[in-house]
Amino acid sequence: MREPLIFEISRKGREGVSLPRCDVPQTQIPSSLCRSELALPEVSEVDVARHYVRLSQLNYSVDTGFYPLGSCTMKYNPKANDAAARLPGFAELHPLQDPSTSQGALTLMHSLQTMIGEIGGFHAVSLQPSAGAHGELTGILIMRKYHDEHGHTRRTRILVPDSAHGTNPASTAMAGLEAVEIPSDARGNIDIARLKANLDERVAGLMLTNPNTLGLFEENLLEVTHLVHEAGGLVYGDGANFNAILGVAKPGTMGIDVMHFNLHKTFSTPHGGGGPGAGAVGVTKELADYLPGPIVEQEGGKRFGWRMPARSIGRIKSFHGNFGILVRAYAYIRMLGPDGLRAVAENAVLNANYLQARLKDVYPVPHGDRTCMHEFVAQGKLAAAPDIRALDISKRLIDYGFHPPTNYFPLIVPEALMIEPTETESVETMDAFVDALLKIAKEASHEPELLHEAPHCSPVRRLDEVKAARELKVTAG
Amino acid sequence: MSFIPNTDADRAHMLEAVGVASTAELFHDVPKEHRFPRLDLPTALSEQEVLSELEELSRLNAGGPQTPSFLGAGAYHHFVPAVVDAVVSRSEFATAYTPYQPEISQGTLQAIFEYQSMIARLTGMEVSNASHYDGATATAEAVIMALNVAQKEKKRVILSPTVHPQYRAVVRTYTQGMGLTITGDESRANGFDQLASLCDESTACVVVQYPDFLGRIAEPRTISTLADRVHSCGALLIVIANPIALGLLVPPGEMGADVVAGEGQALGNHLSFGGPYLGFFAFRRDHMRRSSGRIAGETVDHDGRRSYVFTLSTREQHIRREKATSNICTNQSLNALTAAVYLSALGPRGLRQVAELCWHKAHYAASQIVGLAGYTVEPGEFFHEFVVRCPRPVGRINGRLYEKHGIVGGYDLSQEYPEMKDAMLLCCTEVTTKAQIDKLVRGLEDCRHA
Amino acid sequence: MEYRFDDKARYSKTHEWVRMDGEEAVVGITDYAQNKLSDVVFTDLPVVGKELKKETAFMVIESVKAAEDVFAPVSGAVTSRNEKLVKAPELVNKDPFGDGWLVRVRLSNAKELDSLMDLAAYKKFVETL
Repeated sequence: MREPLIFEISRKGREGVSLPRCDVPQTQIPSSLCRSELALPEVSEVDVARHYVRLSQLNYSVDTGFYPLGSCTMKYNPKANDAAARLPGFAELHPLQDPSTSQGALTLMHSLQTMIGEIGGFHAVSLQPSAGAHGELTGILIMRKYHDEHGHTRRTRILVPDSAHGTNPASTAMAGLEAVEIPSDARGNIDIARLKANLDERVAGLMLTNPNTLGLFEENLLEVTHLVHEAGGLVYGDGANFNAILGVAKPGTMGIDVMHFNLHKTFSTPHGGGGPGAGAVGVTKELADYLPGPIVEQEGGKRFGWRMPARSIGRIKSFHGNFGILVRAYAYIRMLGPDGLRAVAENAVLNANYLQARLKDVYPVPHGDRTCMHEFVAQGKLAAAPDIRALDISKRLIDYGFHPPTNYFPLIVPEALMIEPTETESVETMDAFVDALLKIAKEASHEPELLHEAPHCSPVRRLDEVKAARELKVTAG
Repeated sequence: MSFIPNTDADRAHMLEAVGVASTAELFHDVPKEHRFPRLDLPTALSEQEVLSELEELSRLNAGGPQTPSFLGAGAYHHFVPAVVDAVVSRSEFATAYTPYQPEISQGTLQAIFEYQSMIARLTGMEVSNASHYDGATATAEAVIMALNVAQKEKKRVILSPTVHPQYRAVVRTYTQGMGLTITGDESRANGFDQLASLCDESTACVVVQYPDFLGRIAEPRTISTLADRVHSCGALLIVIANPIALGLLVPPGEMGADVVAGEGQALGNHLSFGGPYLGFFAFRRDHMRRSSGRIAGETVDHDGRRSYVFTLSTREQHIRREKATSNICTNQSLNALTAAVYLSALGPRGLRQVAELCWHKAHYAASQIVGLAGYTVEPGEFFHEFVVRCPRPVGRINGRLYEKHGIVGGYDLSQEYPEMKDAMLLCCTEVTTKAQIDKLVRGLEDCRHA
Repeated sequence: MEYRFDDKARYSKTHEWVRMDGEEAVVGITDYAQNKLSDVVFTDLPVVGKELKKETAFMVIESVKAAEDVFAPVSGAVTSRNEKLVKAPELVNKDPFGDGWLVRVRLSNAKELDSLMDLAAYKKFVETL
């Protein structure tokens, strides 16, 4: 069943909303300023409701089922978070209201700044960045400005592991610095020898995702951060995988100087089909003055107000940050408490190790000899079916009612399937997922067309992405 | 409460399968001295207690229907039809991920395609992307796109002084590592003539706002003239626009703009103390390969069914990495969906009506304030915001307006333009009533000696 | 994997080929390269007159899943570009040594051809990959 475009449902004269009559004397609007036409859809409210409800039914979501996307942390989004964000005192609050009339919001933001600082081991936190990549850009600009102000004008290089997410080198380039790739060693750690070889007076810093995108905790973490500091560089922590060590370790105490947190991953705020998120950034005392601003600070007494950090890199977004998302993260942290936060990591890591143990005899897991953290990388390679690729296995998983894992990332593992269950999945769900993958492995050798032609049961089947890229039809009509 | 379904029995079973005695053993790679630190956080609360605490906190914020507000300056209080929230709160939209598996994400993808189409039509441009974080970052991304179009060989960017001050600040933050000359906004007096004269062969783009931050609408032909000048220098014209105003006014796409971007919050998204908002971003088809942000495109599936997929991904960070046109990954998908539902519900007539109501309310307010001794309204054609020169510092007036009259006054412009002492930016929208405006006017009169 | 080759061309380590046609050199990417890229959707051809410098990237070829730099195998000025690729980028995949050519170049230093691999050397090189 295909849902027409809203423009195809449009009929001249239909209206979806009633507006009040004008209660003031009207003022002439000069016709030279007015547009002649606007081709928006003309539909009734029932058309709007039906169209979008039917569209929603074409989507898979966390509330539909298991979503083991590695490094995305698709955990359950507590509905209490949404209820909190919808409170009119938050939802209808204008960002430019005088602090005296927004103390509730400022109190919440200040508490969240403090709590995230405590959780990550950081001295100061900004809640302004909108997303992880936004936080990365923020962090690199902070490192850049720090070096600039200390006269280190030669420090123009950022070391980035080859397992890093694409946003890492992209953010580096946006900040006007050069990304230098550092390979991983056979155990999946940063290659220390290659790191040392690249640590010279041109290095501004290292970007580290820990655990990394192989799902492995950096075995030489303290040595790595020490080496970078010794060479005069700073360490940026990409917090995309923080769910693995939430309440288990504080990156700020282990040599990370600046780190972003993905509130829409670790802190359970919903993904929204691709946003909005929030990418809070924490820093050490030495870097606190460089945070983007304004940030919330406590003035005399119990009042909260805005302050621009003394050496701030500047504003990174309009207004204060994605407050609606911050409320959700705050509610989550308050519902979990310190023990609950630690339980998140313990269960996330146990769940991932359980899946790894059950799958690694059938699907190769390059680092299966190591304890994984909250995720692990398997390969969509089956000895008995050399024609089958990770893509085929993923598409066939859809027929079994599961969202596929992350495909073809990290780049350093061919036919990668990055699997992250998160802590909010039950053992039955995980067993069903394993069973599906084991069945698919059998199908791969006996009925490979089932995989090559998959998915069969989804609202649409495999899409012609080449046609999309060649024709570039990006608007209707 | 951690939302963890597994019980101790489940965990025991899993630990056995993994071959360890306890979950703590799984963290053996974490340096021992840093393992399991104490978290100095308040103990867990139940859902009931958390919501109760947050309800109290939310009540410490002034606002809501009982409090008339005349604040605008980049974030606007508009009426959100109930069908909008009903649709976007559906968990199939809210708890879905980025549609990397298009076969099971057609809801998100088609909605984004429809959003892109609506934004293109609203702005009069050929194409739109799937959104940036907000109006400020959309402006910065537009500038970066202009730099990419010029293949990084042009280093000069011209900003009108009446582009939103926060947007100009974000442009500077984003580009601080790029060795650019950013000029034009040193003096508030710089109009289109000055900006045109500042434009030369080393200029990548000129950025103006419509209506501008001070509420004023430029005559379409003055923008067209500026566009011609900008193009003759080989630069791009970027116009930051108000999407509600575009329901009424000539769109910048008809004036020669190369990019039309701005804040889409007003399209059905709640004020929410500043976010999450919506950076809409529309541009010329020629520039698609240099653009940033996700783009949904139409195609067919294996059975020939029309369907939608993110396309041109090779510009993006996950493929192009350090050569990407931007680093953006997560965007504002749900807010874009919100805008699409809002625009569908309103339709062209509804949106025009909202814009006209904003116009009439604001012009009525201005006409009443003009008569007040001690206050002057700045001249010039405006949409729904205008500048009022006050007899006292705006901070004092607003303080008294709130304490005594329960009204949230307009924005204190001295914070942005130091020479605009005692100047307030006043905003009215379709939710502002005549009674509220009359109350404001009485309040302003009372505040003459604040 | 059986790759196609052109016995009249010389090859770079980055999988571009050069073939003399009269006074001009014709440049393209090899079958190995197009296979790795998979379906080409766009070729960002340089303007006529652009000066190419050996081993410097001069354009980008995009497929659905990658966007790869093309490095000039020789130095010189672009005299013409394959306009057919605008509407039919898939020619790069179908006929990489023929109809899928990218640009024609007026060489500034014919000696540069000597440092490129001949057919046998390139075949051996591809086997090691």
